[in-house]
Amino acid sequence: MTKPTELTLDDIECLAVGAWILGTGGGGSPYLGLLNMRRLYDEGHRVQLMSPLDLADDDWIAVVSNMGAPLVGQERLADSRNIARAVAMQQDHHGWKFRAVMSLEIGGNNAIQPLMVAAHLGLPVVDADTMGRAYPEAQMTSVAVGDLRPYPCALYDPRGIEAIVTSVPTWKWMERASRKICTEMGSIASTCKAPRTGAEVKEWGIHFTTTKAIGIGRRVREAQRRHEDPIEAVLDEAAGKLLFRGKVVDVARRTTEGFLRGTAMVEGLDDDRGARLELAFQNEWAVAWRDGSPIAMSPDLICVLDSVSGNAFGTETIRYGMRVSVIALPAPAVFLTEKGLEHVGPRAFGYDIDFRSVFA
Amino acid sequence: MRRIGIDVGGTNTDAVLLEDGRVIHAVKSPTTEDVTGGILAALDLLSHEPRVAQGRIDGVVIGTTHFINAVVQRRHLGKIAAVRIGMPASASLPPFCDWPKDLAALIAGEIFMLEGGHEYDGREFMPFDEAHMRAAARRIRELGITAVGVSSSFSPLDPSHEERAGEILAAECPGVRVTLSHRLGRIGLLERENAALLNAALGDLAKVTIDGFRAAIAASGIDAPLFITQNDGTVMAAETAMALPVMSFASGATNSMRGAAFLSGLKDAMVVDVGGTSADVGQLKSGFPRKANSVVEVGGVRTLFRMPDLYSIGLGGGSIVRQNPLRVGPDSVGYRLTREALLFGGATVTATDAAVKSGVAEIGDKSRLGDLPREVADGVIARAAEMLEDAIDRMKTEAGDVTLIAVGGGAFLVPNKLTGIGEVIRVPHGDCANAIGAAVAQVSGETDQIYRDMTRAEAIAAAEARAIERAKAAGADPPTIQTIEIEDMPLAYLPGNALRVRVRVAGEIAALTAP
Repeated sequence: MTKPTELTLDDIECLAVGAWILGTGGGGSPYLGLLNMRRLYDEGHRVQLMSPLDLADDDWIAVVSNMGAPLVGQERLADSRNIARAVAMQQDHHGWKFRAVMSLEIGGNNAIQPLMVAAHLGLPVVDADTMGRAYPEAQMTSVAVGDLRPYPCALYDPRGIEAIVTSVPTWKWMERASRKICTEMGSIASTCKAPRTGAEVKEWGIHFTTTKAIGIGRRVREAQRRHEDPIEAVLDEAAGKLLFRGKVVDVARRTTEGFLRGTAMVEGLDDDRGARLELAFQNEWAVAWRDGSPIAMSPDLICVLDSVSGNAFGTETIRYGMRVSVIALPAPAVFLTEKGLEHVGPRAFGYDIDFRSVFA
Repeated sequence: MRRIGIDVGGTNTDAVLLEDGRVIHAVKSPTTEDVTGGILAALDLLSHEPRVAQGRIDGVVIGTTHFINAVVQRRHLGKIAAVRIGMPASASLPPFCDWPKDLAALIAGEIFMLEGGHEYDGREFMPFDEAHMRAAARRIRELGITAVGVSSSFSPLDPSHEERAGEILAAECPGVRVTLSHRLGRIGLLERENAALLNAALGDLAKVTIDGFRAAIAASGIDAPLFITQNDGTVMAAETAMALPVMSFASGATNSMRGAAFLSGLKDAMVVDVGGTSADVGQLKSGFPRKANSVVEVGGVRTLFRMPDLYSIGLGGGSIVRQNPLRVGPDSVGYRLTREALLFGGATVTATDAAVKSGVAEIGDKSRLGDLPREVADGVIARAAEMLEDAIDRMKTEAGDVTLIAVGGGAFLVPNKLTGIGEVIRVPHGDCANAIGAAVAQVSGETDQIYRDMTRAEAIAAAEARAIERAKAAGADPPTIQTIEIEDMPLAYLPGNALRVRVRVAGEIAALTAP
């Protein structure tokens, strides 16, 4: 049994940078969550991080995320109390007593959500998540691949709108039912997903992803300070591959059914001069085509980073003229099985392509 | 077409007259504490040239760093009230929440957060809380606050709640200056709100400064409309600048790079502008400065302005030299160069003194440099070269040698041989590139409206055509008009595939490109 470690504010600053990279374009910028954490630390709150291996089999763990279109999160700013209320709803309505809280997805702002709950409710954060990145839909998680129970799910809107999806037959139905509620709430909702036991987190959770995100963020920040290449630092820290360097020449977005969908076109620079990379997204980058041929796809992580600073660009913030480095990071093993690919492979996003890993 | 371009820098105020695309005359005069004194002096110098005095002036264009400097130096900023519409969302991150504490303490008068705002699809998030807004306005009047920044969620899609707040403020607080965030930016509540709050805090300074500009021009006997340059290298009318001073924030750097492009005839090159206090390195792409990728911080405040991507170092003609060990800058004597430098009878060793001693420049009275050792002077020039090489290397996006245009009053600090640079180009009037960039600033046309029952491509084409028409009407030369910005936002809730499209185009002033 290892002791939980107290996260410093510097750890959380690093987490914000690393989680945004693991967000693969989605999950919303962690900046606003970070602002909340700075305020909470300023007020004296502290957050403990615990190993998933230290959970007892019969512990209950709250799994939290902010759901919806990242674009909306730019205008309805993260409020730490909302996510704490979603957890409290599960406790109020189902009598759970939670041992700890963990993130549904380590990518983007959702990496910070359990920290906000932890600060308000005094629970430790489990060093794990269910995506190892960000994904747009409820069935795109390791616990869904594991066919664990998909309900109940609590959704909260600060206008006083509270909803719990108490029972559904499948994760896809959870996606459909909760998405409808989320869309009506304005395509954003604070959610506490189906609670998990310690045994489930140990078997199906993607472990040590908080530490991984902090590590990536720390390397980028160090590289920035030392004026070294931050892209190289990320590739080295996370065993990634550089796919393309270029300049964004077009972004087409449409907000449909609570998602931000569209494409971004990148024109090559340096070694990639003369080539074009097209990126399709549904909140997150899903598939990348170089001059018409697919070269990277989910579940491999496609990350679009600022060539200069190494910071990630989101699908909602990327703009014409930005100079970007597009990199791939390896997918969590749980998504590389046949069952995993059914949930998060290219066909799950509507692209009729067989998955081929960048790292094969 | 005869235009006067003026650049008000930290050290010098430059003025140039351009006639049909040619520089007729250029002058330099020290910037004065009150800014307008320097403009008056520069215009006076300019008018001594007979070719300037003859014939009418069609416009005066001023580029100024006055407003951004006020924020960076925390000077001349007013107390303001912030009104955020969008409760009960975003409550834990109130206005000013991510500002440097010293700046917030200076500016933040009172904060009001009330219900209202919109959703991404155009629906109301909450009904606008009229009663709360009215109470807030009365409180603002009671407190004697005269400037207010108003933000509302998704106001770039539907500005009606901000506009309503503005009406109530105007009715309840006579004479109040209100900045509505949707006039300044796009999606991103915090950054858009920050821009609105900064703008509100600059309201009094903008009024005084632009009135001063006008007075100086009138006192010089010039009867011509006044324009102020914006971040993107286009001009805005003086009245607009008075209401939206933040739009001028990065125009100094933009002007110097546009001036360098104009004077050299090059469209793609690196540019270094060495002034009195700092040197800015940037890159020209197709005649425009390359834009910064990331969120831009102004005085420590996050904003969404699109700024030229610059790397600035504390090296200029006025940089103070210290010995044992040798240091150049980052502090500078600034506009006091002509009093405090050795060359002008002062007691401070500056980079300009070293340059004259080393023989790379000829300014002032060389006989006053007796006490400055030649080795020290050469060391300063070598150190300056190292600093510039490092800065240029950071800004280069391609390997191999590139062309560098050296402009600005301190360009003599740029040696002719630099690692990574194929050729250093110096241009006549390069020391006044900023003022020339202001004089050749483009005119723009903008449209922002909702299109229905069209494909995205059709809607953008329609918006572009409309913006081009507006730019032509404002005097842009049709073949030179380029699209600077396209932004489209789907409005899913409205029927008929509604798409909001904002397009901004800009072109050269027709008379400047005439054969």
